[in-house]
Amino acid sequence: MVKPRVLILRVGGTNCDRETEWAFEIAGALPERVHINRIKEGNKKLNDYQVLVIPGGFSYGDDISAGKVLANEIRHNLKDEIKRFIEDKKPVIGICNGFQVLVKAGILPWNDKQDVSLGWNDSARFEDRWVYLKIEDTKSPFFKGLPPVIKLPVAHAEGKFIPESEDILKRIEVEKLIIFRYCDADGNLKGYPYNPNGSINNIAGISSPDGLIVGMMPHPERAVLRYYYPDWHREENREEEGYGFIFFRNIVKYFS
Amino acid sequence: MGRYAEEVKIIGADVNRLMEISEKNLLSLNLDEMRIIQDYFTSLGRNPTDCEIETIAQTWSEHCYHKIFRADIEYTEKSEKTQKKQKITLLKEIKKATDKVKGDFCISVFKDNAGIIKFDNKYGIAFKVETHNHPSALEPYGGAGTGIGGVIRDILGAGKGAFPILNTDIFCFGLLDASYDKLPEGVLHPRRVFRGVVSGVRDYGNRMGIPTASGAIIFDEGYQNNCLVYCGTLGVIPLDKVEKKVCNGDYVVVVGGRTGRDGIHGATFSSVALDKDISTSVVQIGNPIVEKKMMDVLIKARDENLYNAVTDCGAGGLSSAVGEMGKDVGAVVYLEQVPLKYEGLAPWEIWVSESQERMVLAVPEKNLTRLLQLFSEEDVEATVIGQFIKSGKLEIFYNGEQVCCLDMNFLHRGLPPRKLKASFYLKRPLTDTTTVSGVIDWKERIFNVLGSSNIASKEAVITQYDHEVQAHTIIKPLTGMYHDGPSDAVVLNPLYDRWKGIAVACGINPFYGKIDPYYMAGCCIEEALRNLVAVGADPTKVAILDNFCWGDVNNEENLGALTRCVKGCYDFATGYKLPFISGKDSLNNFFIDKKTGVKTSIPGTLLISSVGIVSDIRKTVTSNLKKEGSCLYICGKTHNEMGMSEYYRVHKIEGGKVPEPLPAETFPLMKKIHKGIKSGIIKSCHDCSDGGFIVALMEMAMGGEKGVSVYLDNIPSSNNSIDVLLFSESQGRFIVEVDRKFKKQFENIMAGSDVRYIGNIEESDEVKVYYKKNLLVEIVLKEAIDTWKGGLKW
Repeated sequence: MVKPRVLILRVGGTNCDRETEWAFEIAGALPERVHINRIKEGNKKLNDYQVLVIPGGFSYGDDISAGKVLANEIRHNLKDEIKRFIEDKKPVIGICNGFQVLVKAGILPWNDKQDVSLGWNDSARFEDRWVYLKIEDTKSPFFKGLPPVIKLPVAHAEGKFIPESEDILKRIEVEKLIIFRYCDADGNLKGYPYNPNGSINNIAGISSPDGLIVGMMPHPERAVLRYYYPDWHREENREEEGYGFIFFRNIVKYFS
Repeated sequence: MGRYAEEVKIIGADVNRLMEISEKNLLSLNLDEMRIIQDYFTSLGRNPTDCEIETIAQTWSEHCYHKIFRADIEYTEKSEKTQKKQKITLLKEIKKATDKVKGDFCISVFKDNAGIIKFDNKYGIAFKVETHNHPSALEPYGGAGTGIGGVIRDILGAGKGAFPILNTDIFCFGLLDASYDKLPEGVLHPRRVFRGVVSGVRDYGNRMGIPTASGAIIFDEGYQNNCLVYCGTLGVIPLDKVEKKVCNGDYVVVVGGRTGRDGIHGATFSSVALDKDISTSVVQIGNPIVEKKMMDVLIKARDENLYNAVTDCGAGGLSSAVGEMGKDVGAVVYLEQVPLKYEGLAPWEIWVSESQERMVLAVPEKNLTRLLQLFSEEDVEATVIGQFIKSGKLEIFYNGEQVCCLDMNFLHRGLPPRKLKASFYLKRPLTDTTTVSGVIDWKERIFNVLGSSNIASKEAVITQYDHEVQAHTIIKPLTGMYHDGPSDAVVLNPLYDRWKGIAVACGINPFYGKIDPYYMAGCCIEEALRNLVAVGADPTKVAILDNFCWGDVNNEENLGALTRCVKGCYDFATGYKLPFISGKDSLNNFFIDKKTGVKTSIPGTLLISSVGIVSDIRKTVTSNLKKEGSCLYICGKTHNEMGMSEYYRVHKIEGGKVPEPLPAETFPLMKKIHKGIKSGIIKSCHDCSDGGFIVALMEMAMGGEKGVSVYLDNIPSSNNSIDVLLFSESQGRFIVEVDRKFKKQFENIMAGSDVRYIGNIEESDEVKVYYKKNLLVEIVLKEAIDTWKGGLKW
């Protein structure tokens, strides 16, 4: 099996790039952390990679609003490269800040204009906590093999999923673009703290209609081993792989 | 003099004039120091420039030079009948403890920006804790943010640079319900300080991509006028990057942020009392993304071996950074080359400004082009501003004019140690004054303690910090999915490809110091160690850091209390065989109310931070109970040590003895506990500290959502009254959970220590406490969780 080359995009303020790199490495990919300047000046070409990842962090300090500046930079400076990347059916992954970038650049869900946003948490502050997630009937191939309810951490101030209109929300639901929703341990949709930010319909992550562009607020790279779970000391399960690992391995498997 | 520097007329100045110069320019130098400067320049036959006198003031500031800790102190300890005199130097006393116990585990102690211990054969762990008290009192958000920004740079400047993996934060605030009417003019309300400080640390730390996962918060009215903000950072450093040495001919390169007028006189102002008239221009303005970008490139440049040495621009700005680096060589600096935020700064302002996010590198000529390219590739400014030249002098130019020429030797070694007097009065230990009489509602008393702001859950603060970024937080600050119990220490696996880890914790208890700072030191040291042992760290592979925050040390009694505290540090650090690897002191934390003239000092406060090695992170335990049917044991003996306990303070009971740690009993006990955890026999473990036995038990039960029945009479104790058994804060105690099938093995491991079986974990939602065969108190977990979580509101 040829290892897919993964470009982990880095700018000033990116900060989950190292652990994302490690997650892809153990999943069997060839990850590389690349500063956006190298792509802009032409020293690195997006086309040479099979997966694009925009990791978590505070790109450009999240000035204006989370992910906005990088979203604009991508729209204006990497427009053609991204377009071609998506047309070639190559996966684009946005985690946390990366999700914020993808929706604000209009890449998610329909790659045209911005239809949804991620606003301030209802609690009006940054929160790091673990959540349960109910996996939906998603078109994305990257969530296969996961149990119906998983747990992952979220860590953000601006993660409240808000569609532009009722119509947009309906389309997202009808087209099955929702990957997973915040829930309790038994899969019931509930309010805070189960829904940590007040997201509409408890939406925690969405994909493009072909399932290859995915964006999510939770951090799978912080759950590649069960030793990262907050309550692993109490679990009888002795398997070492965490839910996050399965996600990254599915991306690698997509190329086999 | 020239166009750019002003002459300071010091030659021939009389006493009044000398002090006027010091005070007017916020130099914080005393008469003796001014005279030494006067003599030096008289011998040169010229007056100093403003730039020279500022350079000296920064270098000799209490903040940078630690004049009190280097002073020759004549210490008198008095009691009713006796009087003992002793000569002591505080810094030497601390170092002496390290020399006695350090072994090959310590790689770099007390010489660099941080202490460094051995992690494995390839890597070391660097650890440093700083304070940012004065700025945080004036401007909580900015002061705390730049506090964390500053200590991160200390780690980036340790050796040739360590990669930061954890931030720690410990705060002391006034009472959140303090009355606004009683605040002196110029003092911000504790709630504002609390929210500002937490937000500042949150926004800076989170943006740096470094988890903030360890800390403590103390509330006491003594911190109302002067809050304390301790910020710490740990980093991983390859062992071949620990040594640094500036070479003759290396370029002085400043990287990162630009220089502005913010933070001028930060170092010197932190050496004096706060009052309402201090200008906020002494507080620096931070920008975490600038620092994050700098950090990313700096580590790359380190790995390409592009520079010989690095240090951060902290207190004193370029003057300290370049001065310190060039100490054994000499340096020439061209200040007009320094990139500025805006025009209009005088040369001396550029030189001492404490603008943030700047570091100084010593770069050999052959690497200069590559280094500048590397920084420019990621939009980080890097600028050559001078050269290290073997001259033994510090020479500074501005547009061709020499504005400073000082002997490095005078600057760094020209100040003789101060001679000070200190005294401490040993009060006769007050025997316990209270015997419980009448009917007592024990449940109410337990809830009073559980919900007090010092014991209550810090969830509202902890969840605002990204404590999991970098994906290596194995034991998190709170246990379980919903944070229903506290952890004793945080455990990390700093390198993804191995199971070896570190545990980090702290010990702080300013209350004990109000009775005896000697035992306060002992309790802080033991707690810092005990917390690590409780999660599974090896007690023989632990290093500690000391951070003293004290009040007005010009006062002989205050200095005496500090001296007694340092003596405690020596005795207990050697008692538990713990080396100090780094330390810092922040003195003069006092406030002068200009209206009434009343001076208030903080309670003398010692923070001990600890880092220990965990050989396999899979063999750690947490404090929450795991399994119905398991047995509960208490390890360690209880005594009547209720003085300044949480229970006494909450219920306003005075008197009593503070806990006296017993290393000879406790250290062997800790080794046994470690063995029990490593072999998997101990399922959960929690130490008894603030709030005593009952608080520890409640925290284990709440975190594990498990009911228990315990029998107080079984607790080994030299005093069998209920309040002592429940609430005494005797040191050296752990509660552990042991699977019933391992009972025998556990008892064998623990043989020789005071260990007793005290109860069972049950399938219920209640904690039941029995005394003399009767049910003393019964607590529903849900109610306890609500009380514990509700005690500290954001």
